[in-house]
Amino acid sequence: MEQLDYDVIIVGSGLAGLRTAIEVLRKDGGKLGIRVALISKLYLMRSHSVSAEGGTSAVLYPEEGDSFELYAWDTIKGSDFLADQDVVWKFVHLATQETRLIERWGVPWNRRDDGRIEQRWFGGLSFPRATYAQDKTGFFEMRALYDTLLKYDAWDRFDEHFVTSLVLDGNKFVGFNTIDLKTGNMRFFRGKAGVIATGGNGQMYRITSTASSSTGDGYGIAYNAGIPLKDMEFVQFHPTGLVPKGLLITEAARGEGAYLKNADGERFMKKYAPSKMELAPRDIVSRSIMTEIREGRGVKDEATGIQHVWLDMTHLGKEKIEQKLPFIREMGFKYVGIDIVNEPMPVRPTTHYEMGGIHTDIDGKVQSLNGPIKGLWAAGEAACVSVQGSNRLGSNGTNECLVYGYIVGNDIYNYISNDKPLLPEVPAGKLEHEQERIFSGILGRESGGEDVYQIKDELKDTMEKYVHVYRTAEELETAVKMVRGLKERYKNIRLTDRGSTFNYNLQHALELGFLLDQAELTSLGALMRTESRGAHARLDYPNRDDEHWLKHTLAVKGTEGPNLSYLPVRITMWKPVARVY
Amino acid sequence: MKIRILRNDGSKQWWQEYSEEPHKGATVLDVLLNIRETQDHTLAFRHSCQMGSCGSCGMVINGKPSLACQTRITELKSETIRIEPLYSYPVIKDLVVDLNDFVNKHRSVKPYIIRKNPQELEEAPMEFRVTSRENMNFIQYDYCIMCGLCVAACPTVALDPQFTGPQALAQAYRYIADPRDEGFQERQPELDTSHGVWRCHFAGSCSFVCPKGVDPAKAIQLLKREILKRKFVRGPRAGAPASVLVQPEKPISNPPKAPPLDFKMGVNQNE
Repeated sequence: MEQLDYDVIIVGSGLAGLRTAIEVLRKDGGKLGIRVALISKLYLMRSHSVSAEGGTSAVLYPEEGDSFELYAWDTIKGSDFLADQDVVWKFVHLATQETRLIERWGVPWNRRDDGRIEQRWFGGLSFPRATYAQDKTGFFEMRALYDTLLKYDAWDRFDEHFVTSLVLDGNKFVGFNTIDLKTGNMRFFRGKAGVIATGGNGQMYRITSTASSSTGDGYGIAYNAGIPLKDMEFVQFHPTGLVPKGLLITEAARGEGAYLKNADGERFMKKYAPSKMELAPRDIVSRSIMTEIREGRGVKDEATGIQHVWLDMTHLGKEKIEQKLPFIREMGFKYVGIDIVNEPMPVRPTTHYEMGGIHTDIDGKVQSLNGPIKGLWAAGEAACVSVQGSNRLGSNGTNECLVYGYIVGNDIYNYISNDKPLLPEVPAGKLEHEQERIFSGILGRESGGEDVYQIKDELKDTMEKYVHVYRTAEELETAVKMVRGLKERYKNIRLTDRGSTFNYNLQHALELGFLLDQAELTSLGALMRTESRGAHARLDYPNRDDEHWLKHTLAVKGTEGPNLSYLPVRITMWKPVARVY
Repeated sequence: MKIRILRNDGSKQWWQEYSEEPHKGATVLDVLLNIRETQDHTLAFRHSCQMGSCGSCGMVINGKPSLACQTRITELKSETIRIEPLYSYPVIKDLVVDLNDFVNKHRSVKPYIIRKNPQELEEAPMEFRVTSRENMNFIQYDYCIMCGLCVAACPTVALDPQFTGPQALAQAYRYIADPRDEGFQERQPELDTSHGVWRCHFAGSCSFVCPKGVDPAKAIQLLKREILKRKFVRGPRAGAPASVLVQPEKPISNPPKAPPLDFKMGVNQNE
């Protein structure tokens, strides 16, 4: 197998991956001659960060009344007190610097008349601090980072390389195995430092705002290497997914004043969050919509039978919509054939974000159950630091990618500069074993008759039906059982495409393997957690239980499925209180 | 209905026909996904975000370079749909084309903010002062999702492979029109050539197919104007480069406050 050596290997080319790469390169500036490999299963610039719409929170003008304490409080309260408070405190400070830095690299933030940066309201905020560029914030951020990266020379891009596994030597990072999709050959990347920035896993679900690339690959390779995944039961359902597919309709629509209405035309949020109304945090709004639907006040979509509510922007006026929500208007035209200036949009909760992820410390260093993995970091949605706790506030996703890209890039530079690590030895047999697993075990397997797409279809239906906004022990037990059944069938998959060039059939099979594991531990983590907190709402345990559950779930791969253990939340600023909006 | 796809295995190409009954509101991407999942696992095409943001699923649909995820079957109004890989790119497999030349051309125009003092870009106590109106000078060109449709539609690209092309030229203009940028002279040698901006003869097909309204044809004409102006017109340019904002606004009274801290900062109460 071909082997390539780099100082730093970054897997994932979204906001977190690009920001990490830039930080390493600009900090080094040629001093140490650090070389970076940037690996993506897509083409660079195609990552799902481009679909982030609404905003990036930061305290920009404290003299106008915002403060780090207020931002930290909003984030911690929004997390339903599962966020680690020391992490949040660090995060809210660095968001300011990052928001201004990417302005200098080209992000066209919306501006006030005097040339300052404009900010707007978002769910769960006590101050309008969502900094935005129209309703394409993530896209413009990606443009600025991708373009800025092109200034530097000490990096190589490996587009369309699918990472199949993470190679460790004990508690030390060695490298990543990949398939070059263009040739079908395997390539091993060996490095002094590795970063996993592969985003989330929304493709476990049927109705999702995530790209088809959000298949939890980073979680998968970490889990298979024995690294714990943290808090995976906390899946965020964004309240306003466009019916039928669940495409994202930004929270900024409500930030700009949109109403949510049920079949009777009633603004139902007054029953659930009388002071914040439509701008309550996402978990609360999603529960409110599902309650309306369950109690018969939903609207049935004629073509698909999907139950939904209305997102009404007709009172905002054409001018405001054109300036602040042009992409939402475009989506109305292109996907449902309506003009949001005159008609409401059909929306319902859609799987959007995984609060959980790879277990890291406050600097993004990956942790195993017995100490840190030397030379390995994770950032963005792939990581669980934990900034977001059990519910991420809108406008706190893109900035986590930026802040942790910065922290991790900086940390890696310091590691290479101070510790002067050498390229690691590759443990004997590891690469041959991986080649055997992929080529003989999956691609060339002649027995079995299970179809990748059939299993994936059933997985999506299972998760959509049994591990949704509201959960019960009975449903979660069913989900665990069904997912385990699918995992058994997965062992018998047989691929039809045996070619080497762009064999998507093989890629999808590997992705499905990751998703099945994650569906299992999401359902199991949810089943074990006998309380309701943030995005995890149990009908049979409707209250938060701080006495027993003010702790993170850690899931480690065992021979018979995941082994769960728990880790206390770091409470350094505020005691948990009742969460009322 | 019939879906005819121009397939390619790297050594030969052929038309293959599939039958599909798409649901109401289905896009071409939905149909392709259904073909791949239920009829033919070997069909290769790129796709990702499904909402017209990532630029992966560019292909030629009924003769027009389009994004599959944004093309609804009903709007095509035809019983047979013909799908080909993007024109003017080397084909690797089926609808997957080689984008290397495309991304290299983008890079060649130095698509990033350039300041005479580069330190200004790296230290950020405050932002540059830019007005909404100045944003409007370039933001439209910043919508480019790098899908490559404009290049596939461009008749000049088809005849002159060395032509910088509509995507890269529009991006050069995006940065030149940005009030924060001072990089015109650094970019000029790449643009002001016979294979650069002067090669464009304004067919306008790039703008016709652009799914995001970037209007590369207009950007290129504005770029020509800017080059001529800077070469031949003396005197100060309209709009000096943006400066860094310094003055804070007046404080407001009664700001919202977080509750008082329960603990001395840094002490973990939950261990």
